Amino acid sequence: MKLITTLVTGLALVAPFAMADDGGRGLEIANERKARDTGWGDSQAEMTMILRNSQGETSERKMRLKSFEIQDDGDKGLTIFDEPKDVSGTAFLSFSHNTKPDDQWLYLPALKRVKRISSRNKSGPFMGSEFAYEDMGSFEPEKYEFTYLRDEPCGENMTCFVVESDPVDKFSGYTRQINWIDTEHYRAIKTEFYDRKNTLLKTLELSEWKLYKDTFWRAHQLDMQNHQNGKSTTIITHSMEFDTGLSESDFSQASLKRAR
Amino acid sequence: MRQWVEKQATERAWIVIVAMIIAALVAAAGAGNLYFRGDYKVFFEEGYGPLNDFEEMQKVFNKSDSIAVLVVPESGNVIDETVLTLIQEYTEEAWQTPFSSRVDSLTNYQNTWAEYDDMIVEDMVLYPEELTEDDLSRIRETALAEPSLNGRIISPDTDVSLINITLQLPDVTDNTANVASVMDFVRDLSAQFAERYPDVAFYHTGIIPMNYSFATEGQKDMSTLVPAMLLLIIVLLAVLLRSVLAMLATVVVLVLTIVATMGLAGWMGFFLSTGTINVPIVVLTIAVADCVHVVATMQYGMKQGKSRKDAVRYSLELNWMPIFITSATTAVGFLTLMMSESPVFADFGFLCAMGVMLAYVMSVTLFPALLSVLPVGAGGRVDDKAPAMAHFGDFVIRHQTPLLWGGVAVVAVLSVLAMRNEINDVATEYFAESTAYRQSVDKQADTLSGSQSIDWAMYTDEAGGISNPEFIAVMRDFTEWLEQQPEIDHVSGLSDTFMRLNKNMHADDPDWYKIPGDRELAAQYLLLYEMSLPYGLDLNNQVNVDKSAVRMTSIMKNLGSVEIISLENRAKDWMDANAPGIRLTAASPSVMFSHIGETNMKSMILSMMMALVIISGILIFALRSLRLGVISLFPNITPALVGFGFWTFISGEINLGLSIVSSMTLGIIVDDTVHFLSKYKRARMEGMTTEAAVRYSFINVGRALLITTLVLVLGFSMLAFSAFRLNSDMGIATSLIILIALIIDFLILPPMLLWLDKDKPEANTEEQTSLKGEHA
Repeated sequence: MKLITTLVTGLALVAPFAMADDGGRGLEIANERKARDTGWGDSQAEMTMILRNSQGETSERKMRLKSFEIQDDGDKGLTIFDEPKDVSGTAFLSFSHNTKPDDQWLYLPALKRVKRISSRNKSGPFMGSEFAYEDMGSFEPEKYEFTYLRDEPCGENMTCFVVESDPVDKFSGYTRQINWIDTEHYRAIKTEFYDRKNTLLKTLELSEWKLYKDTFWRAHQLDMQNHQNGKSTTIITHSMEFDTGLSESDFSQASLKRAR
Repeated sequence: MRQWVEKQATERAWIVIVAMIIAALVAAAGAGNLYFRGDYKVFFEEGYGPLNDFEEMQKVFNKSDSIAVLVVPESGNVIDETVLTLIQEYTEEAWQTPFSSRVDSLTNYQNTWAEYDDMIVEDMVLYPEELTEDDLSRIRETALAEPSLNGRIISPDTDVSLINITLQLPDVTDNTANVASVMDFVRDLSAQFAERYPDVAFYHTGIIPMNYSFATEGQKDMSTLVPAMLLLIIVLLAVLLRSVLAMLATVVVLVLTIVATMGLAGWMGFFLSTGTINVPIVVLTIAVADCVHVVATMQYGMKQGKSRKDAVRYSLELNWMPIFITSATTAVGFLTLMMSESPVFADFGFLCAMGVMLAYVMSVTLFPALLSVLPVGAGGRVDDKAPAMAHFGDFVIRHQTPLLWGGVAVVAVLSVLAMRNEINDVATEYFAESTAYRQSVDKQADTLSGSQSIDWAMYTDEAGGISNPEFIAVMRDFTEWLEQQPEIDHVSGLSDTFMRLNKNMHADDPDWYKIPGDRELAAQYLLLYEMSLPYGLDLNNQVNVDKSAVRMTSIMKNLGSVEIISLENRAKDWMDANAPGIRLTAASPSVMFSHIGETNMKSMILSMMMALVIISGILIFALRSLRLGVISLFPNITPALVGFGFWTFISGEINLGLSIVSSMTLGIIVDDTVHFLSKYKRARMEGMTTEAAVRYSFINVGRALLITTLVLVLGFSMLAFSAFRLNSDMGIATSLIILIALIIDFLILPPMLLWLDKDKPEANTEEQTSLKGEHA
């Protein structure tokens, strides 16, 4: 017991210095992660989102996601909701940006109008789930400050870099994230989210990885567990296709109304 | 058995002393396992209906435990630059509260409005230091027009504002330390702000401060009342027994009894709570009574010229049975509390019963052993007292008829009055006005609203059903109905949000402040709104995952269980009549306390009946007389009735603490009857007349009964100093009933005996005189 206490105290004392002096390793890993996921072009996917509360009740949402890669800036995304029925046809358009806040719009078919969503509110729940919009947008290294922490075994026969990512945006819901990135393919296997009071809020685990175009890894199951309210959300990707012939013009406010 | 113990206690006193002390200390070592649970949930059994409803709601939606910070500026206006800056800063800091999941305040309220074709969702106050007069009046207007703010977050005359911090405490049995950490954090925060803004006062209300007060007031009682009471008893004993050594021997027994009781509780896995924390006081008080009987008889024996050891033996012989019987009846009274619906009272009953039996064992083993080795004095001029008691006995005999009928009349009147008491638990009034919690609650009641809440969950049992315009209309009508109820200070629900969004979507046209026309529209408004809300301010506390149910919170005036249960029933009736397809549940700690008060009372009435039957059975057996057993019913039952008759003048309300008083006191007051009747019986067996036997009883036990009653009354009235009303009310009522019991035993029981037990009139005046002379 005494030994553990001493160790913990020792680590706590050492940790800040270690963080301040990772020699840019954290950023290196992040850049490599981004580099390995560059050049995928465009994709379309069908997904189911399953929400659970701590009472065991579940609820499903179905949606389609169209993505378009933008070189030198954040990607563009279009999410079309199919279920629940009463929001069917609702479409969510987002432009991620490296340095400035993302742009987001929502098309409401019942009102036949497109509405802009304030960018400061990217930390709220996405469709009532445990995912925030900021957990789902494309990964852009410019949005964080990185600190390499350590290497650690993770998953089956894998080693991970453990990296702390501190959001730059003050409207982020988190003080920090801890990412586990596998050393072979630079995929984020697991992420812990720490809330504004620096308490562990959520853990995201990614699994069912599939390789596309021989280069790009995509997880087909995302499990987000909220540790504070006991709720969880799973996103399952049923199908995913690359090079579907999407063009940038498919991602505009005008295109939202046409989205089916 | 008796002879063997007698012999050991007197002949091998030192062995008995050492053995008992070691045994007590081994038992006491278990105290290390005791821990204090300040949680209000200790009052509820797992699986208790209202607790289930509450926990279901906490799981379906988020937990709603909260701490509210009431901001009261001296200026009497919160809508100004300084106060809004303070509120914004405080809101920001409050996110750091341990376990916090959201913070709601005037400044971070998510205001929505239309701008061109967009709907803007934004903090009500973003840059308080740059506000113009126009901005301030806009904020005032918006805040007062918004149902979820007016009367909840801000007072209608804008003189106070509230910051509500919602917490997700972990699902563990004991959250005492977590609650304390939340409380420390928020109090610290308020202290810092009070320093920076000296013209602003801060008050803390809500479930967390209430929980915290449960813990702190309970522990305060333990550290102040118990020592104070021990001191009081030491002084009383020294005076009444007129022997420092007898007093010391008693104190040794008392202390060992208490530490052994609490230690055994620890070994058995009990925990301390606001309820069980009184066990030491109760056991202490009752153990004193046993010791007093033993010492008094021993001193009497010594005055008769017996040696100390003989006197000890004489005392044991005389008291063996009565002390056993009184301990057993007292223990039975406490044991029936185990039928209580509330686990803390069940624990309290069990531990007290155990303590009482330990006290019995100590008082017939360790205590006589101590008395036989210590040079205890005979206790001065006790003789003077006996004639006083004899005179008093004569007085009662002389005036038997008026005493009997006058007494019965008074008892009858007060018993009828007792029915006028009302079963009512006002949870906010559990704490004395001297406590910080109560002052905060009262301040909030004066300026803004009550601090109790009821959460209402409406289940449609259809995924997405909450967007159905028909259901939104039900929500709106129910909200309006609730608003009209006299018990309600504030209510707001999702229907207001739907109507506001509809207006925003139509360029803020007030004509569109109405329910959206169709379900898709409503669902999509809600989706847009949800996507627009920032971190922590989402709808998950109001809407469940498949959007089939909503929760709305109503703030109540600080009322009692009667009004709360009545409101709950009326609300369910309303829902049955207006929307039979919708399941409505109501839950909150206030609702739970309201129900536990009622269910507990029912179980306590049953427990009292049981105690009465068992105790009367023991009496009939012990006195070996059915007639005396039946007669004893009167002085055993009536003190509680008379006591509660007086209670209508003191308070008139019977809360959770009082519901256990009848069963508890029954076991204690029976002791007086037992001592009086056993002496009476003994005298009658020796052939005395009823009259002589009554006189004999007065002479023999009158003084001891007077002393024990004095000790018990003073002991229990110490509880009156508790700032926790469940304890103070219980203390006051218990001492009142014990006092009344003695009065009835002295003034009404003897005339009853003279009237009902005179079938053997063969008076032997000679014997009577000789007996009288013997004790004179």
